[in-house]
Amino acid sequence: MPDLGFEVLLKGKNFARLMGGLWVALRISLISVVISIPLGILLGIVMTWKNPISRVLTRIYLEIIRIMPQLVLLFLVFFGTTRTFGWDISGELASIIVFSLWGTAEMGDLVRGALISIPIHQYESASALGLSSGQTFLYIIIPQTIRRLIPLSINLITRMIKTTSLVLMIGVVEVLKVAQQIIEANRMASPNAAFGIYLTVFILYFLACWPISLVAKALERRWQ
Amino acid sequence: MGRELLSIEHLTKRYGDLTVLEDLSLTVQEGQVIVIVGPSGCGKSTLLRCINALEPIQGGIIKLDGQEIDRDTKKLPELRQKIGMVFQSYDLFPHLTALDNITLAPIKVQKRKKAEVEAEALQLLERVGLKDRAGDYPRQLSGGQKQRVAIVRALCMHPEIMLFDEVTAALDPEMVREVLDVLLDLAKQGRTMLIVTHEMQFARAVADQVIFLDGGQIVEQAPPDQFFEHPKTQRAQKFLNTFTFETIKNHGGNDYENQA
Ligand SMILES: Nc1ncnc2c1ncn2[C@@H]1O[C@H](COP(=O)(O)OP(=O)(O)OP(=O)(O)O)[C@@H](O)[C@H]1O
Ligand SMILES: [Mg+2]
Repeated sequence: MPDLGFEVLLKGKNFARLMGGLWVALRISLISVVISIPLGILLGIVMTWKNPISRVLTRIYLEIIRIMPQLVLLFLVFFGTTRTFGWDISGELASIIVFSLWGTAEMGDLVRGALISIPIHQYESASALGLSSGQTFLYIIIPQTIRRLIPLSINLITRMIKTTSLVLMIGVVEVLKVAQQIIEANRMASPNAAFGIYLTVFILYFLACWPISLVAKALERRWQ
Repeated sequence: MGRELLSIEHLTKRYGDLTVLEDLSLTVQEGQVIVIVGPSGCGKSTLLRCINALEPIQGGIIKLDGQEIDRDTKKLPELRQKIGMVFQSYDLFPHLTALDNITLAPIKVQKRKKAEVEAEALQLLERVGLKDRAGDYPRQLSGGQKQRVAIVRALCMHPEIMLFDEVTAALDPEMVREVLDVLLDLAKQGRTMLIVTHEMQFARAVADQVIFLDGGQIVEQAPPDQFFEHPKTQRAQKFLNTFTFETIKNHGGNDYENQA
């Protein structure tokens, strides 16, 4: 069996440091998700309005966020604002801002899609039964929207967790950065550490995202 | 026949420049079954949708029990509870079981007791032969079963009048009968109904009055025997002719071969 460099994990506090890095990545994604979901729901509702101004504005927002690579957005918010406005924001805050902007846009589009996919007949049969528009939303539209939305938004969450690996580029010490530091520090003693450490990072990401995907699949199956 | 339940006076309905209904007047007595027939696009669905205020109207007055049905009135939900409507497409709520589909509005809108509503719903389901499907979701039901649940859902609100818009048009032929039988049963119970249908034999069997709608107006109104045997207007004759086929004689194939 070749030396895969796992023993480096056991040295000092290396494993704990990796877990700390994972926590940073998860913290950034979870805070962003918590911000993105309510804002995305609002954005999605606004996107279904017929008003041309709100349509154009939300469309532009969505397209810009989608076209820009997340890394460019991170640089823009982290380095750009420091220079231009003299704001001294931490890398983690910049990451949360960028991921929330991105998550809100994606979530908004999911909400919009779920809302417009509900056939007009559902609204009409509800009002034919005497339900008020509030009751129609509460008992008919929202439950159906949520059923369509949950599997999709869970996929979005796993995408956000994975994409946090980019934040090391603006100096945030998350799991991948910690991994690099450990490998760097053990270059002489264990030249093979790269394999073992990156494999561990892979497993950690997998363990964080897999249960979320499982939940999504189970919900999808349950709701046809 | 009882009192006047629904009255439509000089109804005009337009979509943009297209006038779909023009100066249309009609009264429906309590207990009356009126079948509306007419060529595709003549405005049958539109008429029913106007009665239920699903469409804004451009002229005229529609009254139920003497109360004007107006899209802007505060009483609209209350008025709509008195009007049961079943559409052509199965419009059950997909996230609710058959039973919950039926009981939602009586519980939430009419604030009736859950136990009482459920008991009634099950009784009605039994009447249409679906008691054992109460816990099924719409996707588990056939088209005919969904349509029967939709009828029960409307019934459970205790409407004073029921509107049916081609409720069998989207069904496979073998399921049409089970739904029409339910409508016949309702007619026997003395319910007031407005039925749009293309099933002429059924129309004849169920109707007290047949209305022939064409060009946005009521062209002919008559009891079914009279309408189907001796339609007065040419337009009605022509329309009825589209439902009959000439018999092809000598279909032994010999004629054709001889000619060839
Ligand atoms: N929302 C709408 N916007 C514009 N035009 C409409 C709309 N709904 C219906 N129409 C038009 O109004 C006319 C009457 O339509 P309606 O659906 O009432 O006909 P119908 O008699 O029910 O026909 P069918 O037998 O095919 O169901 C048609 O010419 C149709 O194209
Ligand atoms: Mg129609």
